Amino acid sequence: MATTEEIRADLAEIVNEVAGVDADDVEMDKSFVDDLDVDSLSMVEVVVAAEEKFGVTIPDDEVKNLKTVGDAVAYIERAQG
Amino acid sequence: MTTRVLITGLGTTNPVGGDVPTTWRALLDGRSGVRHLDDEWAEQIPVKIAGRIAVEPADVLDRVKARRWDRSTQFAMVAAQEAWADAGLDSAELDKERLAVAVASGIGGVTTLLSNYDALRDKGSRRVSPLAVPMLMPNAPAANISLAYGARAAVHAPTSACASGNEAIAMAIDLIRLGRADVVIAGGTEAAIHPLPMAAFAQMMALSKNEADPTTVSRPWDVARDGFVLGEGAGILVLESEEHARARGARVYAEALGAGISNDAHDIAQPDPEGRGGTRAIKAALEAGNIDPRDVVHVNAHATSTPQGDIAEGLMLHAVLGDAVDQCVVTSTKSMTGHLLGGAGALEAVATVLAIREHVSPPTINLDEKDAKVDLDIPTEARPLREGDIVALNNSFGFGGANVAVAFGSAS
Repeated sequence: MATTEEIRADLAEIVNEVAGVDADDVEMDKSFVDDLDVDSLSMVEVVVAAEEKFGVTIPDDEVKNLKTVGDAVAYIERAQG
Repeated sequence: MTTRVLITGLGTTNPVGGDVPTTWRALLDGRSGVRHLDDEWAEQIPVKIAGRIAVEPADVLDRVKARRWDRSTQFAMVAAQEAWADAGLDSAELDKERLAVAVASGIGGVTTLLSNYDALRDKGSRRVSPLAVPMLMPNAPAANISLAYGARAAVHAPTSACASGNEAIAMAIDLIRLGRADVVIAGGTEAAIHPLPMAAFAQMMALSKNEADPTTVSRPWDVARDGFVLGEGAGILVLESEEHARARGARVYAEALGAGISNDAHDIAQPDPEGRGGTRAIKAALEAGNIDPRDVVHVNAHATSTPQGDIAEGLMLHAVLGDAVDQCVVTSTKSMTGHLLGGAGALEAVATVLAIREHVSPPTINLDEKDAKVDLDIPTEARPLREGDIVALNNSFGFGGANVAVAFGSAS
């Protein structure tokens, strides 16, 4: 099972690929929209790439609750559990 | 008093060059950009050559922005960046509500459409990109240019197949003359080197299936021509009202004198064999610019290297210019670039404007034996044009019967 930090690091790579944000800036307390400038379409790309990477399903209704990187990491951890 | 429209900026990326200076040098030197396709898919289709872009846009664009753009938009952005810088427009000084865009493509974001279809079929709907629609829509190149430069006047994407790029320039002239904009970023782009459009053009018998040296296959007006060679890329021009350009002391390449647009209403794909629609378009361009046919010393022809179209265009020029056609130097730069479809008219407008400014016509290459049905002066080496103020025409014709001619003149 991946550690929390491993999930954050893998997610950071996805955010970097999709939105060009420096992976080191993708910290747990950062907001996708307000801090990392990930717009709604890019967020869909991040979610789909995360589903593939982590082998989880993130329903559309859930995406609006994933405001911070930490929210997403926690969701992925639970879904993998 | 008609508002004068000036050309103050040029940009392009295409099979012979990644910018205007490289392209112009290649065209004057007669260098072909047509190559064998090394893509695996080329094995499945009957045509294995094309004019691939000389400089991949990924090499010059920001990666994150580029991945949100279809290849056709990427080309348009590369050319727009060059044209914008070339025009020396100061973004802070400009009234953005007077800045318009008219940038066309003939086919739109076809590679985005088809790659997303592949994802849907192979992996399911969840893998279709949320960016697919804004990437593939035909106004995506125009809209992204508008976003990049804050253009808040009209943003158009006129479409008339292979006449689209020229129609966009005609529209830009209108936008300025109607008082709807002071500055227009105008042109066309195309990225259709993909097995589906290539197979489709091949099925129409439109593409050459000649298997000789690729650089010799696009041969407008030559007896051995047997269809066009597909090219990709974009051309962008900055058009500006005289008042606006003079007020900021802009460098002026040429004047856009007038445009003519008509339709054959003859056949969805074949041109009128007598070229009557094209004749009306060229005549209308001369009338719009109040041009004496004797001043027309150069034509960048549509001439795509198809058996019928190349002959029809000669008939048009004779019909409009009369005896003056003897003093007119005609060329087809498609002999070197291939046919950029919706990008063609715009790339060729860039070449026409430079021909006026530099007083020289690029050659037509591969013209080893001219078709006896073509009575035009077509140089096979770069040819100087008459000194003094001159006029040149840029012709484009498209499926659907579209005919667009634009007249440019020296900026006296």
